[in-house]
Amino acid sequence: MTKSFLFLIVLLITIGVFLWSMRRIFGIIPLLKSFPIKNPWKRLKVTLEVALGQSRIFRRPLVGLAHALVFWGFLIITLGSIEMVIDGLSGKERFFSQWPDFYRVIVFSGDIFSVLVLVSILAFLARRLFMKIRRFYGVEMKPISKIDAAVALIIILLLMISLLGTNIFYILTHPGHLDDSLPISALLARFLHSPDPSQAHRMHETFWWMHILLIFAFANILPYSKHFHVFTSIPNVYFSRIEPLSKMDHMPEIEKEVKLMLDPSASPSETELPTPRRFGVKDIEDLTWKNYLDALACTECGRCTDVCPANLTGKKLSPRKIVMDVRARAKEKRVGLLKHGINYEDGRALLRDYISEEELWACTTCNACARECPVNINQPVIILGMRRYLAMEEAVVPPLLASMLSNIENNGAPWQYPAEAREAWMQF
Amino acid sequence: MSEYKIPILREMNRTPEYLFWVGCAGAFDPRYKKVTQAFAKILIYAQIDFGCLGSEETCTGDPARRAGNEMLYQMQALQVIETLQRYQIKKIITICPHCFNILKNEYPDLGGHFEVMHHSTFLKKLLDEGRLKINLEKLKNKTATFHDPCYLGRGNGIYDAPREVITGSGIQLREMKRNRSFSLCCGAGGAQMFKEAEPGHTEVYAERTREVLSTQAEIVATACPFCMTMLSDGIKKENKDEEIQNLDIAELILLSLH
Repeated sequence: MTKSFLFLIVLLITIGVFLWSMRRIFGIIPLLKSFPIKNPWKRLKVTLEVALGQSRIFRRPLVGLAHALVFWGFLIITLGSIEMVIDGLSGKERFFSQWPDFYRVIVFSGDIFSVLVLVSILAFLARRLFMKIRRFYGVEMKPISKIDAAVALIIILLLMISLLGTNIFYILTHPGHLDDSLPISALLARFLHSPDPSQAHRMHETFWWMHILLIFAFANILPYSKHFHVFTSIPNVYFSRIEPLSKMDHMPEIEKEVKLMLDPSASPSETELPTPRRFGVKDIEDLTWKNYLDALACTECGRCTDVCPANLTGKKLSPRKIVMDVRARAKEKRVGLLKHGINYEDGRALLRDYISEEELWACTTCNACARECPVNINQPVIILGMRRYLAMEEAVVPPLLASMLSNIENNGAPWQYPAEAREAWMQF
Repeated sequence: MSEYKIPILREMNRTPEYLFWVGCAGAFDPRYKKVTQAFAKILIYAQIDFGCLGSEETCTGDPARRAGNEMLYQMQALQVIETLQRYQIKKIITICPHCFNILKNEYPDLGGHFEVMHHSTFLKKLLDEGRLKINLEKLKNKTATFHDPCYLGRGNGIYDAPREVITGSGIQLREMKRNRSFSLCCGAGGAQMFKEAEPGHTEVYAERTREVLSTQAEIVATACPFCMTMLSDGIKKENKDEEIQNLDIAELILLSLH
């Protein structure tokens, strides 16, 4: 009874803190621009493929397998965590075991996966600590990013150790009960000299509490870590941009202006749309909520930057930095935005205070980054949105692009040729 | 005196089945004009009912849009859509992946709905239908590598059609390390074609050219005017233009025709 009561208190604190964090993080979503989310079936298919099937992670097969094992392991082990919450509240032990067949399956796979996850995490730590992997470096990878990565890996490592510990001492305190369903834990249990029963019982309780408290702590550290992606990546994949990658998003607000320009007699009522605060993206509030979700789903793996032609050839652009900048700027501005509304200004902006023009103009829109991202983040949409702001609100474009634009305006081609010259090739 | 007569829409009193959208590079770039001519020859050879807009063609607005000028893009686009609708065009073939992408994916947002095909898909269709008599002997001892245009491959998921056209010409295909969705950009997309690159330790086209050369292929096949400019420049700068030729997939087909 005391245990259940204690557990309830801890659970309520965990949920309370978590909800408070969620409000802080997601509170600005209603202020951001809309993003179409039609096509549920297509989205479901993408989610099955990219999230559950880890299709993009497997573009790098070896390390991809390690990640997929951790991901699938988490799905299975989460069932066990739900059971632990029920056990903790009800004072029962292994609540799901009342459905023995189902239970055998989840316990068995949970046991196997806990070791697979453990091994994968050790491999990830080794890669980070001992190997020089290009995508783990870059201007945007400050020491805090490295600490963040290490902390998450160590917590997961401890989670697996405590899970195995719980199972091992469960077997020692309940001989013959789940030995067949927990093959690895049973094997490890054999290496322990059977301790006296009360000590084994204490060890079981200790590991059990260690595991569940780590889960609770992890859940509340995640919202402030790049590993928030544990929660955000599946929704992010579901809400992916499902248009062809090269398609740019329409700007109906410009269509209205252009139509009035081409035909001043056009009745404005026909093309009625509220005039936007500004064209393109200068700061957080000019982004869609999906751009923001992208930033929350980024785990800074750097696969995008690792395939970016601009970055590979030494330009300043790094697609990962763009996404991390969105997240950092949103974090900086969201409290003010929540308090004072959409017109809140703090004298800073995503453009220039975070992302320079040089980075934006280096993009070739090749979409290698967007194609690579394991959680379907779309970086070029942000880059092009910012170019739109530069070109239309500030009329600041690189000089050669300015001449290209005036050529199109004057003679309908990016080069200085008259329209009649379009027929020259026909003489052959 | 012209050997080939290219039908121009304003001189035709009817709507042909296909509009051949030439694009700015196809009309003005000296090297790509040859690709335009090669593709037109294939259309004539296969007796395709087509026409061109000639001087009535104008920029689709792609580079303006990618440079951020949505206003200019939409003015160009609305003008093009008006012209296409005036001629009651239903189907469009283009030899430029950038024109292809914008006509196919972006014009519908402004009310322009057309069936748009890139010439790789169209050439594959002609091959499948047996409308091109290919002499497989002509190129069989040669090897080509293929550089995926971003706006065709990653951008629109078309990877197989250009490859089937290449192998359909009888030539051997040897892939680069980074191919299909892993392909490396030539460096020209997103309006980069019209500006200087930002400072870096090398140029994107130089990086890609080195990869092209490492295949030891005799031909690098492209399917985009900008990719062609970039890779041809890269090959010239490496002084390898004696060893490797940069040809469009349409030129490969033309070379292998009976």
